Amino acid sequence: MDLKYTQASPTPDEKNAIDGFLREQGIPDSFATLSDAEMRMGTSSVADVRVARQYVLPGLHSIQSQFGCVTPGAINWLAMRLGQPAAEVYGTATFYSLFEVAEDAVATLHICDDIGCRAAGTVDPLLNGLAVAGYPEDTPCNGARWKRSPCLGLCAQSPAAYFTTPGNSAGTIAWLDLDNAVRPNTETAISLLQTGLINAAPRLLSIGLAGADPPRLSTLIKFTLNLNLYLEDGGFQALKRARTFTPIQLIDEIDKSGLTGRGGAGFPTGRKWRAVLAEKSPIRYLVCNADESEPGTFKDRTIIENNPYSLIEAMAIAGHACGAKKGWIYIRAEYPEAAARLRKALAEVRTAGLIGAAGAENEIGFDIELSVGAGAYICGEETALLNSIEGKRGEPRNKPPFPSVSGLFGKPTAVNNVETLINALWIVKHGADAYREVGTAQSPGTRLFSLSGSVVAPGVYEAPHGITLRQLIVTAGGLPQGKQLRCVLLGGAAGVFVGLEDLDTELSSEGARAGNVTLGSGVVMVFDTSTDMRAVLKRIAEFFRHESCGQCVPCRIGTVRQEEALKRILHTETPLQEEIELLNQLGSVMCDASICGLGQTASSAIQSGIHRAKLLKSEGNNG
Amino acid sequence: MADLSLETTTKMELIPFGADGRELSAPSGSTILHALRLNGIETPTLCYLETLTPVSVCRVCVVELDGNRTLVPSCSRLLEAGMRIQTDSPRVRLARKLVLELLVSAVDMSLVNEDTRAWMHFYGVDEQRFERGAVPVARSTEPVIEDNPLFVRDYSKCMLCYKCVEACGTDAQNTFAISIKGRGFGASVSTEFSVSLAESACVFCGNCIAVCPTGALMPITEYRLRNEANWRPEDQTVTRTVCPFCGVGCNLELTVQDNRIIKATSPQDHSITHGSLCIKGRFGWEFINQRGEEQPVNSVDQTTMRDGHE
Repeated sequence: MDLKYTQASPTPDEKNAIDGFLREQGIPDSFATLSDAEMRMGTSSVADVRVARQYVLPGLHSIQSQFGCVTPGAINWLAMRLGQPAAEVYGTATFYSLFEVAEDAVATLHICDDIGCRAAGTVDPLLNGLAVAGYPEDTPCNGARWKRSPCLGLCAQSPAAYFTTPGNSAGTIAWLDLDNAVRPNTETAISLLQTGLINAAPRLLSIGLAGADPPRLSTLIKFTLNLNLYLEDGGFQALKRARTFTPIQLIDEIDKSGLTGRGGAGFPTGRKWRAVLAEKSPIRYLVCNADESEPGTFKDRTIIENNPYSLIEAMAIAGHACGAKKGWIYIRAEYPEAAARLRKALAEVRTAGLIGAAGAENEIGFDIELSVGAGAYICGEETALLNSIEGKRGEPRNKPPFPSVSGLFGKPTAVNNVETLINALWIVKHGADAYREVGTAQSPGTRLFSLSGSVVAPGVYEAPHGITLRQLIVTAGGLPQGKQLRCVLLGGAAGVFVGLEDLDTELSSEGARAGNVTLGSGVVMVFDTSTDMRAVLKRIAEFFRHESCGQCVPCRIGTVRQEEALKRILHTETPLQEEIELLNQLGSVMCDASICGLGQTASSAIQSGIHRAKLLKSEGNNG
Repeated sequence: MADLSLETTTKMELIPFGADGRELSAPSGSTILHALRLNGIETPTLCYLETLTPVSVCRVCVVELDGNRTLVPSCSRLLEAGMRIQTDSPRVRLARKLVLELLVSAVDMSLVNEDTRAWMHFYGVDEQRFERGAVPVARSTEPVIEDNPLFVRDYSKCMLCYKCVEACGTDAQNTFAISIKGRGFGASVSTEFSVSLAESACVFCGNCIAVCPTGALMPITEYRLRNEANWRPEDQTVTRTVCPFCGVGCNLELTVQDNRIIKATSPQDHSITHGSLCIKGRFGWEFINQRGEEQPVNSVDQTTMRDGHE
């Protein structure tokens, strides 16, 4: 392809870094052997679809992590080496929040100020403290700065931040409450900004149990970071068993279990796999969606950090069922520890011959690749995720066609959430009948709920479907002493606020339908009366404005107008009815006319907060 | 894209569908939009163009489709037998109206074509809908970029329809000089690192201008005449001719005002160009205006362009 580049050239270090990275990936010095169409569209007929463009994001990561920024020269060189237009690589880089597309490096402390941390009451003291101490937001001081960040999935361990420094390949989680007994969080944050040093070991979140039934998923994802221990515990036996069945037999069993997706949409897993298997394509793919970015959700991170092997085993089973020889795990960059554990586990499992090159244990040669996001909530939407793996901007595609027909690189693709796959592993181990023994008729089995906010013991809890909201909150120790319940957010920022009258709602698909709520990704965020709910509503509106990909008009402009209208409403004690009407209308059109789930749910929590939980009323609200 | 010209479509199988209470049919392989148009049901579009791959981002063509939770974009959704479609229900009207109001609230839409104007009137668009004081309303307010002698880019008029990016890319020119940068409300069309067009991969074919629906991209001749309040459509004639530069046979439509050529385009339905031209056809006509004049008003100087001359 005849592409023209600007004069901007990389520094020798940048050039070496990019060349080194590409060499590590086993990429030939040029892609000249592939046709232009193959390179651009990812329609390579070679079985291994290592087409050039998918190295754009990993390449940008390798530059950013070494130099702390992505310069024009580096973009040019990466684009040239991969045969991509510089404008497109630049467009991709600027789409993702975590790429610093600039000439100068800067270390950044991404402090979560999202609703989970607000519910926990840690945001205002911390951010105000930093401002008072002379550290305004987004102002570099000795090469380091802090920025507010959308939910980092650390709601149960608030306050926490994600710290990126030049030379630190993946960033680190900083526990700001590290020595809270000795000094306030603010001082921990300041010393971090000054020294750039984090001395904290990764902190693990264990999984609690709610309800009377014995643990299920919890036993599968028991803490193990050693493949031998996992194998001694019966690991990969289910895969062996699964490979003695035909794909159809496996899918029949999953269908019988009634398993539905745990990412938020709740689509029947068996039906999805059957659709992929039925496609007449020699190549099919499996993609695991570990881009857990829904505010208040941290169950997938907890699964992976506790036991990455179980996910790998589950994917190998799912791959067999769908007829996919290749799987991808797409994980958000803000989960460096989970990604590191997965990377290590993948290497171990590959060495053991259970995935990777075809062999006795792995006849078809099923393999898994890890893809890391770069700061974009929208990439949790399945088609945006596929575009992101392909090295493009994370813009959702119009559906149909659905990924089961035309997914990754245009091939039939099953996209499944982490927890969904772990459920499939359990079903293969114990059978569909056993699976249905707990839960409800329409929501068999258990679910991992992410409990956060004003509860004594926030964390991930496994509970059978049908448990009530009240029981779940009680299991987490109820509210701290002296706190009074104001409302609960179910399903995250794309979910629904419910009030005290809804505490007996059963958490199942039947219960959700009857109570007109959504379980979404299993978020249960508890707010007490000391939280400024107006600030929470504003933060949700800001979140969607910030995370909209910008592609379609209702979402790109609608989320901005929604935030403005909400600000006007919150400005006055008694908002004008016509302002409320405008907000409602914006909500209904975003829901009706947006391309993807982001725009379609961007008004959900705000609408329910105003109309259902009556959060605009100031009683019980000191905000 | 699918060839939906009449000769091809008549060979196809007709499939039945219902729209607005009428029983209709259209060739299989049609989009809903095409099926509606064949049956005389008008539908507004902004980001859609026959010659480009539909991106379905403006959402002004949405229709109600029985069995679908949300409205669907008619420009890309393929017609299926038995579909029940509503194009004028309260839901559709509300969505189209609000989408247009959102656009007008953020983008300078003053130069959209008459069709779009008529639709805005039809849906009762209130252009001041979101101007409610108290909180300032965000708008795109980028300054006009005049970085080359041939055309200007005024991104305050850009509605992000993606057409220019498509025309610069695989749908027409395969030059890839521009892409979408940024995200959300801050997204915009840009070269890499916003370098000038002369520094970029741009070959100045102007095919992006040809597809722009809002006048954000404009030949400099038109831009200057408009700025001088001297752009007078009522005094303009359009003459169709064949481009004299090479043997391909591209048809040109020359817009003439005061006996001077002020703009060249190619008809979108022309079998050779599909509306596209090269730099010579689109901009290489100034010499004709030079008859008896001394100084070129706007010369196409290849050397200065390559050197990044302003």
